[in-house]
Amino acid sequence: MDLSLSTRSEDGPGGPRTVVVVGGEIDVYTAPKLREQLIDLVSSGQYHLVVDMEGVEFLDSTGLGVLVGGLKRVRAHEGSLRLVCTQERILKIFRITGLTKVFPIHASVEEAVAASD
Amino acid sequence: MALVELLLSPLPAHVRTARLVAVAAARRAGLDDELVDELRLAVGEACSRAVGLHGRHAPVSPVRLTVTDDANGLTLSVTDVGPAAGPVLDDAGEVLLAGPDTGGLDELADPDVALALLHGLVDELTVHSEPGGTVVTMRWPLPAGAVGARATIVAQR
Repeated sequence: MDLSLSTRSEDGPGGPRTVVVVGGEIDVYTAPKLREQLIDLVSSGQYHLVVDMEGVEFLDSTGLGVLVGGLKRVRAHEGSLRLVCTQERILKIFRITGLTKVFPIHASVEEAVAASD
Repeated sequence: MALVELLLSPLPAHVRTARLVAVAAARRAGLDDELVDELRLAVGEACSRAVGLHGRHAPVSPVRLTVTDDANGLTLSVTDVGPAAGPVLDDAGEVLLAGPDTGGLDELADPDVALALLHGLVDELTVHSEPGGTVVTMRWPLPAGAVGARATIVAQR
């Protein structure tokens, strides 16, 4: 399955959050699309991102690299990048790479939007 | 003879093809579901790395994936013809080969990151680099009673 991407805005207690809903497979072929999307959002001034990964079926190191790149970009603007993921298969990849310490990972979009920085 | 042998044009889109083929072969051989997930990620990493190196250094040469089994386990090998993986040292610690030059341009598919993840992910991993390329070999145990795909096929004949 290819990558699917959509974005929407939600208001949280800390201000507006841009929710990026990702579905399908994030790998060496599809990751550039996600990277472009994150770059576009930051370029248009959206620095507080919530990446909903509940529909992600596969994630590899290329995808991790894109997420880390996105985090770096929002942090340059004192923004935030929060992940929503409850799938054990995907969480395992964040754990073995130590990235659970880098990304705040939430159980739902509501929880991520409500989180303050 | 390999159970499955696949030659991939070094295009990112075919990394998914390699994952699908390897997973199908692993399921057929009887690998546990949890290990199939590990294998899917590992094959993707090894092929992404090889495809990235070929794209920069050998764009018309295919990447080779083989799946073989024996009584004890399933072995996957990914062979590239790119520059060696990491610096290769001789016995005295002198550098014989420098690591691949990625030009510092590509934050995606960094071959060193892929290998680092593979080292953490796969218990039985060997990376054999020569001047002509690298073979990444990964091995997973098959459960007792899983006779392997080839044996099954032979038995059906």
